[in-house]
Amino acid sequence: MRQKLTRVLGGVAMLALVAGGAACSSGGDDAASGGDKCGNKIAFFGALTGSSAALGINENNGVKLAVDKYNKENADCKVELVELDSQGSPDQAPQLAQKAIDDPKILGIVGPAYSGESEAAGPLFHEAGLVAITASATRPSLAEQGWKTFFRVVGNDLSQGPAAGTYIKNVMKADRVFVIDDQSAYGAGLADEVKKILGPAVVGTDKVQGEGKQVEFSAVVTKVKAANVKAIFYGGYYQEAGLIRKQLTAAGVTAPLVAGDGVNDPAYITSAGAAAAEGTILTCPCQPATEARGTFVEEFKALNGTDPGTYSDTAYDAANILLAGIKAGKTTREGLLEFVKGYSGEGVAASYKFVEGGELDPAQVKIWAYKVQGGKVVPDQEIPKA
Amino acid sequence: MNFDGLFSNFGELTTTGLTQGSIYALVALGYTLVYGVLRLINFAHSEVFIAGAFAAIWTWNGFGLDQNSQVSGVGSIMFYLLVAMIVAAIASAGTATVIERVAYRPLRKRNAPPLAFLITAIGASIAISEAFGVYTRRLPEGAPILVGTKPLFHIAGVPIDGVQLLTIGAALVMMIALDLFINRSRTGRGIRAVAQDANTAALMGVNKDRIILMVFIAGGAMAGVAGLLYDVRIQTLTYSVGFLLGLKAFTAAVLGGIGNLRGALLGGLLLGVIENYASGLFGTQWKDFAAFAVLVVLLMFRPTGLLGESLGRARA
Repeated sequence: MRQKLTRVLGGVAMLALVAGGAACSSGGDDAASGGDKCGNKIAFFGALTGSSAALGINENNGVKLAVDKYNKENADCKVELVELDSQGSPDQAPQLAQKAIDDPKILGIVGPAYSGESEAAGPLFHEAGLVAITASATRPSLAEQGWKTFFRVVGNDLSQGPAAGTYIKNVMKADRVFVIDDQSAYGAGLADEVKKILGPAVVGTDKVQGEGKQVEFSAVVTKVKAANVKAIFYGGYYQEAGLIRKQLTAAGVTAPLVAGDGVNDPAYITSAGAAAAEGTILTCPCQPATEARGTFVEEFKALNGTDPGTYSDTAYDAANILLAGIKAGKTTREGLLEFVKGYSGEGVAASYKFVEGGELDPAQVKIWAYKVQGGKVVPDQEIPKA
Repeated sequence: MNFDGLFSNFGELTTTGLTQGSIYALVALGYTLVYGVLRLINFAHSEVFIAGAFAAIWTWNGFGLDQNSQVSGVGSIMFYLLVAMIVAAIASAGTATVIERVAYRPLRKRNAPPLAFLITAIGASIAISEAFGVYTRRLPEGAPILVGTKPLFHIAGVPIDGVQLLTIGAALVMMIALDLFINRSRTGRGIRAVAQDANTAALMGVNKDRIILMVFIAGGAMAGVAGLLYDVRIQTLTYSVGFLLGLKAFTAAVLGGIGNLRGALLGGLLLGVIENYASGLFGTQWKDFAAFAVLVVLLMFRPTGLLGESLGRARA
């Protein structure tokens, strides 16, 4: 019911935006000669449907809030939000990116949410000079492609992987660890970093299939069981992680699962069941969205009807960076790109400043450990830099 | 290559492989039955399975059980399992009936080319799967933990738990019942007659449409039970899991000899253990590679599968 209500409200909000945009363009005749200052758009690019939609919806809701607030403050010159649903698929990403590029009113993108789709869409944005700030794609190589339009407001896997390894080693003090990954660039990248930190403590490894292609993990479970480990690291996303955790617990494996931000989602607990999920450690290059500064949490809840989830706050910040540029009169793609490049400021989740390749300044990266407790993901502690 | 891992875990890899294989086998029966009678690969059968699996979970939800519930007491466990099994079998058989009535029978009446059947089958499959996807908002649904996974006893040092016992046991019982039904009952004789020569059977007074419907219902019921066993074993269901499971079950049917009931059983169990052995030996990422490589190689030497086609073969 609430879902429906939210959708209806969202629909009304969209209508209002469109109407506002129309009013704006008709009233701004005298300004038209100096370029279109109004009626600009920003787009959210990520999965809004499909098996990995949960994070995308979190982010989109954050962006929605940013745009909503902007439009309330700048009622005479609104910005429209375009939602590009990639379903998280790298195959769909290029054509969606082209769609955004073909709309000259779209000045900036929040996204793409995942690393795979970022890889596919990145070159197109680079060529079109369309700035894209991702709030969650953490694959390190994305910043090494020479794309001048790529920025991220979170740390990358390289910062998250060692932190997860450090946590397993120093906080959990586990000396026997099993490492599993889903063969995705994200999952395998994370697992490799963890293996580097843990070294000989890794007593077994295996690879599974991600993207919902595998639901039956008995062979992995058998191996983990035989390895008699103190902790299990999984590099991958929540869907498989939930199933693996459930099947491990069913087979009597009680060692806690440690995983990256791709698993940091309530759907992991639904999928694993609260009892099996209990005690799971999840790392994230983001501080708890509920610990965001200011009135973000209340405002988010008022608009979306749910608590902010993983990356809601960073997506909100990413959108605000774009909106700050538009507000400052950077209403061309080149102008906005330059603005983002030189941006330095505070958001609700962190402080932002970009270094080479569009990476977030390493000094600003925070990695948090979360814990599943009583069927909920609760913040555990910020992981100290080893 | 991890021979050590394979050998030290050989027993457990075998039992879990057989468990998964039992589910493949039950679904494979549906493919084999329909193929045996109609020479049609019913690609929508994976969604017949999904319908049963969702029906079982929703039945439990109706009793107030969700993924965090734990049920104790043999009596109530049996009750929940039995009710869900009946509902799942009915839901799956119903879905299969609807597919046959809406998607296949009209085509048959108009003598449509085989290609039309194939594309309708794929269309029906996607339509049903997407409907479940939209209805469940593409989120996983959890099943309660009904059957514990504490080892009940050991066979040669390999622990056997309740889920494995239930899955393999139920699959075998269903399989034997179906085998008896096809080979001993009057309807079964009709099914074999239509499979052998539909037109002659019709001349002998066999109602072809009724027989075909029976085939879909029988295959559907098997898939429904498979859906229930899947829920008990995996405990989480997503709308999209039918596709790959259906593909595996179809593979199992071809491996054993499509159109052959016992072949479906053999193919299913074999596929289950091959996957697990390959996972143990090469790593889980090689699971599907190994399964399909075995299929290709086997078909090179035995194009009709391990046991060959036989549903239509005359039997005294």
